[in-house]
Amino acid sequence: MSDGFTEIWAYLSATPLLGLTATLIAYQGGLWLYNRTNRFALFNPVLVAIVALIAFLKVSGMNYEAYFDGAQFIHFMLGPATVALAVPLYQQLERVRRSALAILVSVVVGSVTAVVTAVGAAWMMGASKTAMLSIAPKSVTTPIAMGISEITGGAPSLTAVLVILTGILGAVGGAWLLDAFGVKDERARGLAMGAACHGIGTARAFQMGEVAGAFSGLAMGLNGLATAVLLPVLLHLFF
Amino acid sequence: MAIAKRSVFEDSPMSLGFITVLLVFQLLGEAVSRGFGLPLPGPVVGMALLFLGLMVRGGLPDGLRDTAGGILKHLALLFVPAGVGVVMHVHLLEREWPAIATALVASTAATILATGLAMAALDRAGKRGGAGDV
Repeated sequence: MSDGFTEIWAYLSATPLLGLTATLIAYQGGLWLYNRTNRFALFNPVLVAIVALIAFLKVSGMNYEAYFDGAQFIHFMLGPATVALAVPLYQQLERVRRSALAILVSVVVGSVTAVVTAVGAAWMMGASKTAMLSIAPKSVTTPIAMGISEITGGAPSLTAVLVILTGILGAVGGAWLLDAFGVKDERARGLAMGAACHGIGTARAFQMGEVAGAFSGLAMGLNGLATAVLLPVLLHLFF
Repeated sequence: MAIAKRSVFEDSPMSLGFITVLLVFQLLGEAVSRGFGLPLPGPVVGMALLFLGLMVRGGLPDGLRDTAGGILKHLALLFVPAGVGVVMHVHLLEREWPAIATALVASTAATILATGLAMAALDRAGKRGGAGDV
């Protein structure tokens, strides 16, 4: 019996099906918990899913490469999803057009703040150069951040993780922070979430409202652009 | 339990045709990004191209709206696989977690506030100016 189980396990853990299914189950479990607890910020579905999957990998002895073999099908959808952000953006076209300059300035302010404060704080705390270069693009959406990290000499896979942790931090505490400082305008809230916390912030911003979500998606795209252009210049100031 | 009367083959909001449209724009984005050596990933260029395409066309097809909505509804899920990759960096994180945690928390809070307050202030300034176009 136990031999049979080991055999089945050996077979399943070698197919992409297991990593893919585990990811979907973990995320939906996280979503259920989040809704069940009245959207308690610490039970952010992404955070819960990641913690659950890491525990699953530890217990089962499966390595990350084997897991990603399956999970890559979900990871791949980041591409089309990024393209799809054009749709909510287009629906907000009039609002965007009316305050185009304010949006541009705000996002550039956000981009510079993100890079300077991240690298500055890491430097003050004595982080290694790899850590500093990997953390610099942490507010930019994963695919852009990984590309930037590769160009500047960071570790792209570490950057991906830091980007996601940043997103979770913002999704968990962003709304509270904006409330505390009296930022009530949905457009400003959306821009802040998207510029600081990319797609995870955007997912959270869509819960605040459609306007916040669309502006967050816009800020995410613009910040990717701004950071890709500005970061090499800013890093020059540090190194 | 009510029995579903609608056949599974009837129209569902997600459409194969518009999923293809999204992939075509991603592909175009990759081609433009590589072709012109842009520092931007293909999907972001694809988003810009689709946005321009919609402006030129002057209207949003219902099917595209539903398909994009279907994908974006679970945007957060798509970040999970890369996030689990944290297990690959346990050593560096163990060594440097105080610096990294401080930098992440401080910088994320600073960025949210800087962007949000900048937009709120510029918007107010624009309204006072009476132009409404800032």
